Amino acid sequence: MNHVRVRDDECKGCAVCVSVCPKGCLAMSGKLNTMGYEYVHFFHEEACTACGLCFLSCPEPSALTVLAEQEVE
Amino acid sequence: MIGQVQKFGKSDSFYDTYERKGEGEQSTHYCPGCGHGTIQKLIAQAIDDLKIQDRTIFLSPVGCSVFAYYYYDTGNIQCSHGRAPAVATGVKRTVKDAIVISYQGDGDLAGIGMTEIVHAANRGEPITVFFINNAIYGMTGGQMAPTTPLGRKTLTTPFGRDRDRDGMPMGMAELMQAIAAPVFIERCSVATPKELLKTRKAVHKALQNQIDNKGFSFVEILSPCPTNWGMSPVDARTWMDQQMTLLYPLGNFRDSVTKQDDRPGDQEEPLWLDDEALVDLLKGASDVPVMRMEPLSETQRVKIAGFGGQGVLSAGELVATCGMSEGLAVSWLPSYGPEMRGGSANVSVTLSMEDVGSPLVDHPNVLLVMNGPSLDHFEDQVVENALVFVNSSIVTRKVRRTDVRTIYIPATDLAQEAGLVSAANVVMVTAYLLLSKAIPLDTLKRCIPLVLRKKAFLEKNLSLVERTMVYLQENGMV
Ligand SMILES: Cc1ncc(C[n+]2csc(CCOP(=O)(O)OP(=O)(O)O)c2C)c(N)n1
Ligand code: SF4
Ligand code: SF4
Ligand code: SF4
Repeated sequence: MNHVRVRDDECKGCAVCVSVCPKGCLAMSGKLNTMGYEYVHFFHEEACTACGLCFLSCPEPSALTVLAEQEVE
Repeated sequence: MIGQVQKFGKSDSFYDTYERKGEGEQSTHYCPGCGHGTIQKLIAQAIDDLKIQDRTIFLSPVGCSVFAYYYYDTGNIQCSHGRAPAVATGVKRTVKDAIVISYQGDGDLAGIGMTEIVHAANRGEPITVFFINNAIYGMTGGQMAPTTPLGRKTLTTPFGRDRDRDGMPMGMAELMQAIAAPVFIERCSVATPKELLKTRKAVHKALQNQIDNKGFSFVEILSPCPTNWGMSPVDARTWMDQQMTLLYPLGNFRDSVTKQDDRPGDQEEPLWLDDEALVDLLKGASDVPVMRMEPLSETQRVKIAGFGGQGVLSAGELVATCGMSEGLAVSWLPSYGPEMRGGSANVSVTLSMEDVGSPLVDHPNVLLVMNGPSLDHFEDQVVENALVFVNSSIVTRKVRRTDVRTIYIPATDLAQEAGLVSAANVVMVTAYLLLSKAIPLDTLKRCIPLVLRKKAFLEKNLSLVERTMVYLQENGMV
């Protein structure tokens, strides 16, 4: 399964990633990080296509990392 | 075996941590949902993909993105407001292999820096410009930018931007399109995923063009400033998509293979100076022999004044050149009105045994006046015991001051007798140097060819020096 790793403390809760995900895999978590922002939460591994749109839209350099499932040695 | 591999993640072109606010910091200083962050990631990714991290020099502007140098692990220069294209020109011309990125906001590029961007584009500098159009001055708290839409309320347009009072919003991509030299012009946006992917491509292309040395590439990117727009980050993107693009239509404006030279004009091979030629040029003064024997008895604070066209400034140049050739410290400061000829002009020259601090001469100890108004103007400014030389061919009155030494010479007449229409300045300088003994006459003769523009008159000028000497002797002045 694909996965999007969220670094809670780098997310500023702008919700842009939530709005761009075509599969609805992201949502606000309802919890605040150390900066005081409500950070985002990835919850829908089955639907994620690892398209990267969430990563590309997010203004933060490393708040999100998209991991794709594939054959590895 | 099935596993997970990273498909999208932090760019190598970013530093691991950003030491702006403190050690270990990983997030940027941008507001939540700011377009700068998104665009800078796209640029970082393109730098990674094109493998140009160690060649890239990123120029950050003044504006919210001023701190880009905390993020990009590339070469960085922070430029003064609006001047990045000028800095880019210098950097690129010096380090031809560098990939120079000028990253600028709309206040920076379309406001204070309009001149720099237009001329860099017109010269077709082979650089890449990313123009971040968020239609507002972000950093300073939301003042109107040249790109602000009509009717839009900002700090400086509290009732909305008004066409007559504030002018129309500026389309910079359109303006670039009016210039022949750029090779690539595109306007894109980060409002939607679809546009974002187009932006990614344009960023890539604009950098590839520079790698291929094609010419000037300009990418305008519509970008949200949720903070100053007073919108949520998501609403800001919707507004951009639905409203801002009406004013600023997206698309490619130009993508040409090479620089367009569609205007007639002679293309001459540019003159490139190598280091040796430059050194020679700077050593031009080495033509001037340095050979001072006697110390100056007194620092010479010389004022030469007359009307434009009388050779006032070149008289000063001659005195200064003589001083240099004697190994003295000199300064030369011209002053003239908007009209180069006909108006009044004066020059201040200082000759000194020590370094000259200010080149201003407020209280001369030597005054050379070539016409009447100059005498009226400067007579009271000279110090006691000053030497005052008056061109008596033109100045009809006498010097009123009695505490100075005055020398009257019919300089214009002497010059005309020697067959020179406008060489009264040479007579005046000769008289000054002879009487003051500040500079030997031989030095003067050696320096005249260095200053004289019309070389054909050299012999006549040199004999005018002799003639002046004879005149002063005949009249018992030396
Ligand atoms: C010479 C000078 N004039 C004015 C300023 C004040 N100033 C700082 S940022 C800015 C506007 C920047 O707006 P923009 O280029 O649109 O960038 P943004 O902050 O929106 O990204 C101004 C006027 C300055 N720093 N220097
Ligand atoms: S990678 Fe694509 S599908 Fe997966 S969460 Fe991000 S936007 Fe959604
Ligand atoms: S786009 Fe980035 S900063 Fe904004 S909510 Fe998503 S992860 Fe957080
Ligand atoms: S003020 Fe606007 S442009 Fe500046 S960081 Fe905040 S959102 Fe971005």
